[in-house]
Amino acid sequence: MIDLSLITDGGVGWLDASGPASHLVLSTRIRLARNLSEHVFQGRNSETEREEILSAVEEVARGTDLLRQATKFRLDRLDRIDRQLLHERHLVSKELAGLDADGRVRSGATLLVQDRIGVMVNEEDHLRIQGLHSGFALDAAYAEADRLDTELGQRLAFAFHSEFGYLTSCPTNVGTGLRASVLIHLPGLVLTKEISKVLQGLAQVGLTFRGLYGEGSEVVGNFFQLSNQTTLGSSEHELLDHLGKMVRQVMDYEEQARQVLLRDAPAIIEDKVWRAYGLLRYARSLSFEEAMNLLSGVRLGVGVGLIPDVAIYMLNKLLVYTQPAHLAVAEGVAPDEADLPIRRARFVRKVLESEVGRRG
Amino acid sequence: MLCDQCHEREGVIHLTQIVNEQVTTRHLCERCAAEEGVESPGSLPKTPLGTFLAAMGKGPTEATPAPRTSETCARCGGSLKDFHESGRLGCPECWRAFEAPLRDLLRRLHGSTHHVGERYMDMVAVPAGERIRAADLREQLRLAVETENFELAAELRDRLRVLE
Repeated sequence: MIDLSLITDGGVGWLDASGPASHLVLSTRIRLARNLSEHVFQGRNSETEREEILSAVEEVARGTDLLRQATKFRLDRLDRIDRQLLHERHLVSKELAGLDADGRVRSGATLLVQDRIGVMVNEEDHLRIQGLHSGFALDAAYAEADRLDTELGQRLAFAFHSEFGYLTSCPTNVGTGLRASVLIHLPGLVLTKEISKVLQGLAQVGLTFRGLYGEGSEVVGNFFQLSNQTTLGSSEHELLDHLGKMVRQVMDYEEQARQVLLRDAPAIIEDKVWRAYGLLRYARSLSFEEAMNLLSGVRLGVGVGLIPDVAIYMLNKLLVYTQPAHLAVAEGVAPDEADLPIRRARFVRKVLESEVGRRG
Repeated sequence: MLCDQCHEREGVIHLTQIVNEQVTTRHLCERCAAEEGVESPGSLPKTPLGTFLAAMGKGPTEATPAPRTSETCARCGGSLKDFHESGRLGCPECWRAFEAPLRDLLRRLHGSTHHVGERYMDMVAVPAGERIRAADLREQLRLAVETENFELAAELRDRLRVLE
């Protein structure tokens, strides 16, 4: 079993709801794709080469300010449950964790992480520098990732082309190698059925959306990850500005949608959010999806001031700790245990009871 | 992933819908999607890489193969066919070996072929980097003129002027 306490905040500092606009935005993620010029890309390299890449990156990383004390997780030497745990904390991609359909972990797949910043080694690209911040914090998250990129780039030879920019294994990432994403909660737009229009609008301005866990994941609990689609032809700051502007606009739309709901259907909304709270508080069995949807309802209730005395931080924590691997580890059972929904409901009840108790 | 409708063919179109106030994503094959009146991926703003790759093979670049595009990458042995199949390039050198077709693809993917963000060379050695860049641009300009891509040639000439 891995010891997540080795990482500051256990790597879940991003959900402490301390960041800007955290009533709507859970987290901001920045990732920069980089490759070493003297090595072939991941799809064609050998086990030996991946080890060489890992040694080179780790050695240089240990000399940087940001990753001097980094905790190292070799995914290829971890049990599935531990890899799943890291994935559920948004610290590694599904691919690096070997949780894709084929279920194999690539040799050399490694995460180096310290506080809010880390680097995935031997992902689709040799390096995926990533920063994860609480709330809506594009500039702060980028500044940190950029600092690490600069430090690493001084001692590692990155593959760079004068016209195409940073070279990546897949052409969708070439240029800046930057993917910035904002994980945002949009129940108002979903309830007012405005969400498709908003998402279509975003696609037209070069942005894309994904689910809670990034690429290839489904939308659960009305959480959408909004990110830039293109990586080439605009500077890093232009990409961030554009995404930031659009996210602010989506936040405005969401606030407006909530006002419309409260104005036109106050009784329905009040019933809906308290029903969600009641189910979470008293249900005896909860699937992960159901828990996510109910938490979304309660979060909306807290957001519009209908449900007092429930902290966003606690809802964020429930979001992470009711996921299969987290729950299974906490309960000391296997993640495919048949009575996991019963254990999940008990866990949620306990947390909500203590919250109510604490607040009297 | 199989089509949610017929459960026979590959689901290549990912359709996000709102049903009972919940957003759901359905995966449909092209035929079932067409039957439901969903537009084909080519006309959707969010187009998967696969379509671009498919279009690449049919585009004008294949009818008039760009000169100097080697069949396989000298460094890793990867070919354009490998790239079409996997969507991944083999090594940094592939970007140079398949420069012309990749440029077309990038134009469609990103609406641009020119990186304007942070430059890696700047961090290491600016003058050397600029020298390499100018030499590179001159080579690209020569290729552009050779392939009668005058629009690109004009753009490259402008950029060289700025640099020099």
